[in-house]
Amino acid sequence: MSVPRTLLGLLQAQNSSHGYDLKRAHDELFRSERPLAYGQVYATLARLLKNGMVSIDGAESGDGPDRKLYSITDAGVTDLDSWLSSPEQPTEYLHNTLYTKVVLALMADRSAADILDAQRAEHLTAMREFNRRKASGDLADQLICDHALYHLEADLRWMDVTAARLAELAAQVKG
Amino acid sequence: MTSTRSAGDQPSEGRQAAVTNEGSSPLLSGRDLVLDFGATPALRGADLVVMPGEIVAVMGASGSGKSTLLHVLAGIIPPDSGTVTYRGTDVTMMHERERSALRRNAFGFIFQFGQLLPELTCVQNVALPLRLGGIGRKAAERVALEELARLDVVDTADVVPGRVSGGQAQRVAVARALIARPSIIFADEPTGALDSLQTEKVMDLLAKAVRDTQFAMVLVTHEPRVAAYSDREILMRDGRTSETRDPA
Repeated sequence: MSVPRTLLGLLQAQNSSHGYDLKRAHDELFRSERPLAYGQVYATLARLLKNGMVSIDGAESGDGPDRKLYSITDAGVTDLDSWLSSPEQPTEYLHNTLYTKVVLALMADRSAADILDAQRAEHLTAMREFNRRKASGDLADQLICDHALYHLEADLRWMDVTAARLAELAAQVKG
Repeated sequence: MTSTRSAGDQPSEGRQAAVTNEGSSPLLSGRDLVLDFGATPALRGADLVVMPGEIVAVMGASGSGKSTLLHVLAGIIPPDSGTVTYRGTDVTMMHERERSALRRNAFGFIFQFGQLLPELTCVQNVALPLRLGGIGRKAAERVALEELARLDVVDTADVVPGRVSGGQAQRVAVARALIARPSIIFADEPTGALDSLQTEKVMDLLAKAVRDTQFAMVLVTHEPRVAAYSDREILMRDGRTSETRDPA
């Protein structure tokens, strides 16, 4: 996820904000596994400031190291709009570690089916965990978990197709 | 081979019984099941053990034998060889009349298409297992209404199945499977005809009902999202069950 663009989006929604409040809003809204570090927030804001994407509207003194009030600039709005309207490139799905493992296993006469089975079990364990989190979560949790669940499901479908074609793939990679 | 990995290694809330029952007797077990349909081998030495309170998903490609395994475990189709044991009794050695009583009293069934009787209203459909068990119409339908309410489809009570949506019909079928308080549910692609949202609603309700009542369930599915409602999964390939991960 693009942290600079996310902070710009939060700033646009809030008109102006402190780094501390941005970090809290980020963690509350997006529920990432790893909360955003304060250091990353301030470093990102400094870079956005340098690039003219945000400006400082004022500062409060005596209340921590950084109580600067940031707001988004016109250039920041343009950059954010461009990012929001650009579809994400799905190329990451071509870099498939599991496929690499399967091919290397076939080349070494190891059981590629076992590798797929172990991964299937791991995926299902993760899906059970997301199901549990959904059951006790609010709508944000449910939708965030759904995103993970649908991606894991797609992986599992790929594993099924690959498992059914291992002999064919073995013949191809072993020449 | 039978998967012995317990409860997905990480039991969900409400599933503790399946875990603490480790070491106790299986509720249901199929051993070395073989069945040929003519020249086509459907089961070639399949094993499956279900502990009380456990949800086991049976996964596999089309034609791998998973639905056949469910039918054999449920005593609907006798195997050519192998044993099916329910609470320590060999189901394959029972007289058909006893097997039929077992299916009616101890087993619940949910199939891809609800198989509700089209000429009966939904409440009459749900009440049917109790009526067959000798309970009077009024009492049976009163319980059926409670079951429909639990599955959030009480408004279908007086309507025939042909006039309700697919998702509602499947929830009615779930209610019918649960009403006689079976100790084990056999579900064969229970959401196969539903879209994603309806699948989730039906599975949420079904899994919750199974957890609340400590039934066990054998859940045949090719859908990973449905299998994820189980405590553990086994994979079928060419009529055999296999562990999906080394239990060690």
